[in-house]
Amino acid sequence: MSDLFNVSSSPHVRSKDTSSRIMQYVILALLPTTAFGIYNFGIKAAILIVVTIASCIASEWIYEKIVHKESTIKDCSSIVTGLLLALNLPPTLPWWEAVMGGVFAIIVVKMLFGGLGQNFMNPALGARCFLLIAFAADMTNFAIDSYSGATPLAAIRNGESVNLMDMFIGRTAGTIGETSAIAVLIGAIILILLGVIDLRIPATYIVTFVVFLLLFSGHGFDGNYIVAELCGGGLMLGAFFMATDYVTSPITPMGKIVFGICLGIFTGLFRIFGANAEGVSFAIILSNLLVPMIERYTVPRAFGVVKEAKKHE
Amino acid sequence: MTFKGGVHPYDGKDLSKDKPVSELLPKGELVFPLSQHIGAPATPIVAVGDTVLRGQKIAEAGGFVSSPIYASVSGTVKAIEPRRVAVGDMVNSIIIESDGEMKEAEFVKTDDVTKLSNEEIIGKIKEAGVVGMGGAGFPTHVKLSPKEPDKIEYIIANCAECEPYLTSDYRRMIEQPEKLVAGMRIVLQLFPKAKGVFGVEDNKPDCIAKLKDLVKDEPRMEVAELMTKYPQGGERQLIYAVTKRSINSKMLPADAGCIVDNVETLVAIYNAVALGQPLMNRIFTVTGNAVAEPQNFYICIGTNYQEMLDAAGGFKGDCKKMIAGGPMMGFALFGLNIPATKTSSALLCFTEDEVEAYKETACINCGRCVEACPELLIPSRLADFSKNGLMDVFEKWHGLECVECGSCSFACPAKRPLAQAVKTMKKQALAAKRKK
Repeated sequence: MSDLFNVSSSPHVRSKDTSSRIMQYVILALLPTTAFGIYNFGIKAAILIVVTIASCIASEWIYEKIVHKESTIKDCSSIVTGLLLALNLPPTLPWWEAVMGGVFAIIVVKMLFGGLGQNFMNPALGARCFLLIAFAADMTNFAIDSYSGATPLAAIRNGESVNLMDMFIGRTAGTIGETSAIAVLIGAIILILLGVIDLRIPATYIVTFVVFLLLFSGHGFDGNYIVAELCGGGLMLGAFFMATDYVTSPITPMGKIVFGICLGIFTGLFRIFGANAEGVSFAIILSNLLVPMIERYTVPRAFGVVKEAKKHE
Repeated sequence: MTFKGGVHPYDGKDLSKDKPVSELLPKGELVFPLSQHIGAPATPIVAVGDTVLRGQKIAEAGGFVSSPIYASVSGTVKAIEPRRVAVGDMVNSIIIESDGEMKEAEFVKTDDVTKLSNEEIIGKIKEAGVVGMGGAGFPTHVKLSPKEPDKIEYIIANCAECEPYLTSDYRRMIEQPEKLVAGMRIVLQLFPKAKGVFGVEDNKPDCIAKLKDLVKDEPRMEVAELMTKYPQGGERQLIYAVTKRSINSKMLPADAGCIVDNVETLVAIYNAVALGQPLMNRIFTVTGNAVAEPQNFYICIGTNYQEMLDAAGGFKGDCKKMIAGGPMMGFALFGLNIPATKTSSALLCFTEDEVEAYKETACINCGRCVEACPELLIPSRLADFSKNGLMDVFEKWHGLECVECGSCSFACPAKRPLAQAVKTMKKQALAAKRKK
């Protein structure tokens, strides 16, 4: 051994947190939702979840083999993508379509843009939209065993009444992970307690959306309607698990709030004035595209720096 | 009382905090670099072969922003040549072979400090070679001569010692708090409108109690309990915690009506003004899990690091990393043949190199660096700008405000060397500005 010691720039200590640990926390927080989805929709949902995650991991591994890059599957991010994608699929989807979704999410949305941290769009949602376009009928077929097929949001749109308790617990038709508000909220509390996310994005998102409903839905101050809109569709799952995706949300503190407001407005627009009852996925993807611009205008002023008066030079 | 941002690294102070300070008598040669402070290097006033006394001036200040240097032992000047210092540079130094007798020069005490004029006090501090002993080494007499002395409202004693593992200030506050208070009294005499605040982190309740007891009859002094968080002892963060005033990189503490001095510096001020002693000694901690018996030493400035490590029982286990100073802002060492200077506070030895142990992965934009930054910057972006050479954007995103505390690198789950990248570009940007 050489007599000389290793020299590096300060600081010389590091926190115990790692990126893969954060991903594991997210997976942990998604478990209540996953478990409820399987309980609600049965073995079909379980198979879909396994297949989607497997296709995501395999896509990343194979892609990196082909381009001779060091494998990054250990960072667990492809598991998160796979799980989130699966939770956004209807339980009746043919398994091979789910596989295509997984491949699209990882290869097209993530790896082609440079891998983890470089994608500008949430991979799971990008893949969901791809599937919505490619397999529109399968992706909107929510009829399974006990459920007739109409999601609560579609029912509201048609002027039918919905059971709020069922929606809160999740005993309704929908994608695997979106039906149960309570399961998502348990996961959200886990994320917040573990310090993975803070409330800035989800809270501004939800508040803005509610304000939008009050102003433009035509229902006025109808508590039942608002709660149904909040619990219905992918709003809870989207607000806590997908809008908060680090890579595709602004890093500036103020930017997070602007981002949440954009999400609320877009979701309101799509749900009330759009052709579909659902709008969360598109709202998030559209807002993802605005992130670079949001960041540019929300660079925080550094500590002790006062707003400079325009200098005349 | 605290600031926004910051991190909570493992503090490791238990290794050495209960070890009373013991005197370490140096053997053999001592090295006195001529640059132990910010400003012009000192000019030697001794020649090879001269015999010197402990407390004899061996180098004269090289300008107003500079500081003289004193021998801390008696002996013979062996050489004047460049030697390696903790930061890695070669610095012209005076080398003194100790005769082991510690024959002292005469020091003139002042019995009643209150009779001294401001000029006399500052003169004594300047003459004694007192500089900021917390790490920066800014000459204290310059700091105590602000443009508008009437506007100084706070003298803040930096007793935070927020760097993990360091316990030298802690031991000083436990063992000789009265000297610290006496130093504060002298500074307050210079600024009749100011009040003196001792800012102590609340992980040192014993220090807080001792200081509170000592200042209970001092109408102009108080103790501020600060939240334990790194970098609570950073100058800008400390000022904010105590006064809620913020300063940026272009301002001096005096612009916010503050003067901040470290514990050891205030003690040195007391020694200089009341006892007539120049700066020759300081408290130094040798600690870390690779040190056999972690210790706090009262050392002579100029003592070799190897000698201090040996006095602490040498290595225990396989040492992988050595650091001069604290783990957050200290300098990694590749060897121990370097001298302690006025600003050296500790030698840390670890059996693991944490920086090497973790592999760098891709940034996931998680924003933990943003939460950690006490300057409210976006370190991950600044690091990217640095990597891509985008100096304009770097400055637009306030990169020059970085205080180099290292909180971002510490917090990063992808283990990116953010602080290093930001420091690099900051250095380049400041150099480019000077050229203009």
